[in-house]
Amino acid sequence: MKFSFSNEQQEFREVLRRFLTDRAPTKEVRRLMETDAGYERDGWRKLNEELGLTAVRIPEEYGGQGFGFGEQCIVLEEMGRAVLCAPYFSTAVLAAGAIMNAGKEAEKKILLPGIAGGETIATLASAEDNGQWDASGVALTATKSGAGYMLNGHKSFVIDGATADLIVVLARAPGSTGESGLSFFTVPGDAPGLTRRALKVMDPTRKMARLEFSNTPATLLGTEGAAAAPFSKTMTEAIVCLANEMVGGADRLREDALAYAMMRMQFGRPIASFQSMKHKQADMLVEVELAKSAAYYAAAALDDGDDDVAATASLAKAAVSDAYIQTGVHAIQIHGGIGFTWDNDTHLWFKRAKASEVLFGDAHHHREMMMRTMTKDDAE
Amino acid sequence: MSELTEASVRAEARAWLEANWNPNYGLVEWRTKLIESGWGAPHWPKQWYGRDLPVGLVPVVDEEFARIGAIHVAKAGIRTLAAATILAHGTDLQKEKYLRRILTGEDTWCQLFSEPGSGSDVAGAVTRAEMKGNQWIINGQKVWTTSAHKAHWGLLLARTDWDQPKHRGLSYFILDMKQPGVDVHPLRQMNGYASFNQVFMTDAVVPPDMIVANVGDGWAVTTTTLMHERRGADSLRSWARGSDKPGRAYDEERAEIATVMEPYKWYPQRAGRVDLIMPRARETGAINDPVARQEIAKVLVMARSAEWTARRARAAQEQGRPQGPEGSLGKLISSHIARAAARVHTQMLGANALLTGEDSPMHGVVAEILVSVPASSIAGGTDEIQRNIISERVLKMPREASVDTGKPFRDVPRNTVG
Repeated sequence: MKFSFSNEQQEFREVLRRFLTDRAPTKEVRRLMETDAGYERDGWRKLNEELGLTAVRIPEEYGGQGFGFGEQCIVLEEMGRAVLCAPYFSTAVLAAGAIMNAGKEAEKKILLPGIAGGETIATLASAEDNGQWDASGVALTATKSGAGYMLNGHKSFVIDGATADLIVVLARAPGSTGESGLSFFTVPGDAPGLTRRALKVMDPTRKMARLEFSNTPATLLGTEGAAAAPFSKTMTEAIVCLANEMVGGADRLREDALAYAMMRMQFGRPIASFQSMKHKQADMLVEVELAKSAAYYAAAALDDGDDDVAATASLAKAAVSDAYIQTGVHAIQIHGGIGFTWDNDTHLWFKRAKASEVLFGDAHHHREMMMRTMTKDDAE
Repeated sequence: MSELTEASVRAEARAWLEANWNPNYGLVEWRTKLIESGWGAPHWPKQWYGRDLPVGLVPVVDEEFARIGAIHVAKAGIRTLAAATILAHGTDLQKEKYLRRILTGEDTWCQLFSEPGSGSDVAGAVTRAEMKGNQWIINGQKVWTTSAHKAHWGLLLARTDWDQPKHRGLSYFILDMKQPGVDVHPLRQMNGYASFNQVFMTDAVVPPDMIVANVGDGWAVTTTTLMHERRGADSLRSWARGSDKPGRAYDEERAEIATVMEPYKWYPQRAGRVDLIMPRARETGAINDPVARQEIAKVLVMARSAEWTARRARAAQEQGRPQGPEGSLGKLISSHIARAAARVHTQMLGANALLTGEDSPMHGVVAEILVSVPASSIAGGTDEIQRNIISERVLKMPREASVDTGKPFRDVPRNTVG
């Protein structure tokens, strides 16, 4: 459903919102973001068990609930509202996505139930120091070694990479370039020859790591040399999921800035009564609602299997990247001096907005991607 | 009485249309027959050409018209607003006199609200209506009046009491446009078209029974008209396509459409012509310019998101859910898009943006975008007024402090005209 949510979906959203408001207030966000891991296993396991969040989009035969992107994107939007500190995106979007898209039946049976049940924290390691989000930037190599493989090279910008139990790694055959020779592998977090270093990240609510692989033994996931297509599919899905997470954050920023403007008195009146504030808020609402429409449409386009879903995903990421950061800029401005302080919560979302704007490509990148898809049939 | 269902209404409408529709009728002749049957305005009261059909079932009837290709009652322009207003507030005498000829299309109407001195602040109208010798005598000037030169009747907002505060001193009249005291002059716009008029009223006369509602109720009646104006924008667009089938009734309807649509020829250009961006990008080679591609993509992202936002609003409406904020944003969004599209068109024109008419691309259509888009953020409520509406009604932010609502209107500072 591209333009509306069902009653069941609305109820699901309301339950989640209540739960997250209660269990993940900003005090808790601030506590967790100061930890090395950025989340707590026990707390996350409990929350996940109660709501079955990592199971949402995993098919029932692998221990999941078998819902679509429509439902998963509701989860993400609500988590984005709360800037929830949890290894959800890494585990349930990236790793589970790669496994579902690339894995063979037996592999899915082994890997997915742990994710669905919440015991396994997993992630996808694809980008490297060059910061390219597509497969062409991959240099890490996989070589055959006895019955298995060995990985050599590095990965960076790996979400929850320092703490994940299971890492899905995108690697290439030595000498291959571009989209050929790519394969997925799985590596346990404590594999020999794997060195993990937490990166200092601008957004402390989403931790990242740099991983070095030195003759690290790895297990092939899916078909050797055929990872390009499932990786690209996984990234399209991840972009749409991120866009939905982002609109949740943008809407919350907008609402909080509005609440502040209604309460803040200057010159003997609430600042919300000044036309400059009212017009800014109207513009913020326009921008956030447009972004929501794009994010919702893209989620439904994934469920509907639209042919042009990659272009739609890029459109949504472009729209949402601009909207979220712009809302953050406005929100700080509306708060005035206090908006620039550590004690005020606005920066939690501002930093998430900035980080999400860049993650998987910024608005410029995705506008270009959208144009390429739209013109791919043009004669040279 | 048997209960109305979608199926029963459809069957009944279909049976009547199949038995009666014939494209060889004259347009007025057919519409007269249609009106008498009640199928022309089925949601209107039985007493007044309708069937008391719930509004929700009207689309079913419309589908049957479309299926058989039957021409509907006249719907274009201000006449629909006139009908809605008269139905809601008019006397039986007024309904008797006007409704039928509105539906047949024999009468054309115009709306006399805006004045040179009151644009966004419509309730600040200073056109004067005074009761003299058992007649209302009207003096003043109206502006932005579409089709005033063709109209038989005008919906007139005028001030009857200067000692009351702004909104309470207004009354609403039906003005006979074809009288000596009414002068209509075309108003030429910056894009060269003259789609609107200025209307000068000098001792124009309104009979005492042609006031709508009571003296002093003018603002409430105006609100009804404006509410229907906002609702009606979509239906006009679909109607204006007409039919290409043969038959006398079709011929006459095509002529009617051509006349009614004449002032709106440049409206697609006003909206920025997003549809022309990709063809122009390919034609000019801008499609290969990375900077242009970014700007093009920005407009397309906005336009698609806007389309989906409108669909969300419509879906909520269809499901009978309370509309979210997405329903109030369309006007503001469309002027953003228009402006962004005009910028991209300028970029793609290069030096040709210096030219117009047949010396410029697409025989001046692209040039026309550049000089028409400025209207989009003004006409039908400026962007600034839209932002006020969104912030006050949707976001519940405090209303602007009013300096005129409590005061007698004669003490309110205002523009001096004439």
